Amino acid sequence: MQMTGNSSALAQVANREPPVLSSEGLTIRFGGHVAVNNVTADFYPGTLTAIVGPNGAGKTTYFNLLSGQLPATSGSVRLYGEDITLLSAPERTRRGIGRAFQLTNLFPNLSVLENVRLAVQSRAGLGLNLFSLWSDHREIIEKAEHFLHRVALAERRHEIAAALSHGDKRKLEVAILLALEPDIFMFDEPTAGMSVDEVPVVLELIHHIKAQGDKTILLVEHKMDVVRSLADRIIVLHNGYLVADGDPAEAMASPIVQEAYLGVGVAEHV
Amino acid sequence: MLTRLLSGDFPRSRFLALALLIVFLGLAVAPFALSGARPLNVAATICVFIVLVASYDLLLGYTGIVSFAHTMFYGIGAYGVGLSLYSLGPSWGAILLGLTIALVVSLALALVIGLFSLRVRAIFYAMITLAVASAFAILASQLSDFTGGEDGRTFRLPEMLTPGYTLFEGEIFGTSINGRLLTYYLVFVSAVALFLFLLRVVNSPFGRVLQAIRENDFRAEALGYRTVVYRTIANCLAALLATCAGALMALWLRYTGPQTTLSFTIMMDILLMVVIGGMGTLYGAVVGAALFILAQNYLQELTGQASHALAGVPLLANLFHPDRWLLWLGVLFVLSVYFFPTGIVGKLRKPNP
Ligand SMILES: Nc1ncnc2c1ncn2[C@@H]1O[C@H](COP(=O)(O)OP(=O)(O)OP(=O)(O)O)[C@@H](O)[C@H]1O
Ligand SMILES: [Mg+2]
Repeated sequence: MQMTGNSSALAQVANREPPVLSSEGLTIRFGGHVAVNNVTADFYPGTLTAIVGPNGAGKTTYFNLLSGQLPATSGSVRLYGEDITLLSAPERTRRGIGRAFQLTNLFPNLSVLENVRLAVQSRAGLGLNLFSLWSDHREIIEKAEHFLHRVALAERRHEIAAALSHGDKRKLEVAILLALEPDIFMFDEPTAGMSVDEVPVVLELIHHIKAQGDKTILLVEHKMDVVRSLADRIIVLHNGYLVADGDPAEAMASPIVQEAYLGVGVAEHV
Repeated sequence: MLTRLLSGDFPRSRFLALALLIVFLGLAVAPFALSGARPLNVAATICVFIVLVASYDLLLGYTGIVSFAHTMFYGIGAYGVGLSLYSLGPSWGAILLGLTIALVVSLALALVIGLFSLRVRAIFYAMITLAVASAFAILASQLSDFTGGEDGRTFRLPEMLTPGYTLFEGEIFGTSINGRLLTYYLVFVSAVALFLFLLRVVNSPFGRVLQAIRENDFRAEALGYRTVVYRTIANCLAALLATCAGALMALWLRYTGPQTTLSFTIMMDILLMVVIGGMGTLYGAVVGAALFILAQNYLQELTGQASHALAGVPLLANLFHPDRWLLWLGVLFVLSVYFFPTGIVGKLRKPNP
């Protein structure tokens, strides 16, 4: 199943450091349908792994299994070598797995600032503080404003999240992920549906995170030019199976990918 | 100073500020401004229900939990203090002991119900609380040797809180400072303190998480908040506050029984007060409780007077017959929900920053 000639670049990375996150035989079954089927992969710090595949391939479901939104039917997830398969989503977030969602998933009736502030507050471990005033924690608010600034949403901070345009909602989703300050960033089609002039803000941010060198980034993306410019490695999912895993040039050249994915991807992109 | 007292949560509307001020001052001077037992009774009931409704709003409006067990906790408070005074005799120690036992029982029950069932879907949680509350009400009336059954228990208060006691000779503004008045202020001051405590909780980092859970619990989990823990704490807090409200009501009535504390009618009233005042804002509890209890007590007279004035008109006079007051309460409720779907306070108030 694994692509032949597994990339030498990848092997070097693998030798340098142990994986931060890995899945082993990860599988989930919805009734008779196996959405993710026996997927084994390791993710390394300082590496951006793009996960591609046609619609319904199981990319989002694989993410949900890694970050704990769905329970695995079989297989395991490891974080820093420790088995976290049975841990809940909040527990995994607290251990450094940060997740941005494909379908925008915000607190619709709370302000833009509050959406991000809640993430900063969680990271600061302040949630169970019952007797102080939220507004007295200036440092939390300032930090939230900082992250809004980074996605160019600072002027909108007092608007209700539901009132934002689609593109701005996507940016807010990214700001929330940044605010969690995770070790592992999981982006699920962060630029989908964005207008052309909004896309660079998000890509620039991902570049920046990558440049820090110690973060592990997983990116589901349909736009092939984006994948080409950002990815150190590509994983291809198809019908729930991992059908290719390797460095970008090889993965894209592979006949399986040409057939299974790029046909769709190119058509969609053009 | 005021900012800290109100936890930075100002009314943000001139009308609302005015309405709150009127309720507050009205309740504060009630014993001096009004004569007779009934108005004072209404005022004390409003005080207690502000706490009861506000604590319910912590569940329903802030956290999005539908519970029908709130009157059970209210009843535990009332029975705790009532039965303690009844069996131990009138002393402050008995009040304290009764309240402590009631708080412990409520906390344990809320914790168990919460941990076992807050994971399940909202509708199941509502059903479970309904079942537990019904079981509790039946238990209270079955154990009649202990609780007085359907008749409940009448008991005496410590001397300082009895009508016969006077703090000093003479009068202030034509009112003598007797034990009844002291009991009223005990209720009033406790209610204000409990309300301000709740206001602090909803404006704390914790309170903000509750709102996040109400908005989108899936996302709150993805941010790292263990929603079961937050829901359970909110559940326990609301239960403890309802218990305190029940204890205050028992002290005021010098009586405790199933009709005044455990009945399902009260649960309905609480729900109506939350909805009329506005869910998700504690000031809504103040406005809702004050309006509802005033209407409950005085609408009958109002319609009676209207009926009297319309004596000649055939249909209208009948429509405003004093016995129809419940109909008018219903009409008022429908109108207020129609015109203020977010409650009166939700309508008046500018959105949250
Ligand atoms: N909760 C669920 N219950 C049943 N089936 C599901 C569930 N979640 C996903 N699926 C199915 O699993 C398959 C994979 O879906 P998934 O969302 O992971 O695809 P994807 O690769 O993210 O696609 P897209 O590119 O459209 O986002 C689909 O056939 C989907 O219908
Ligand atoms: Mg998807």
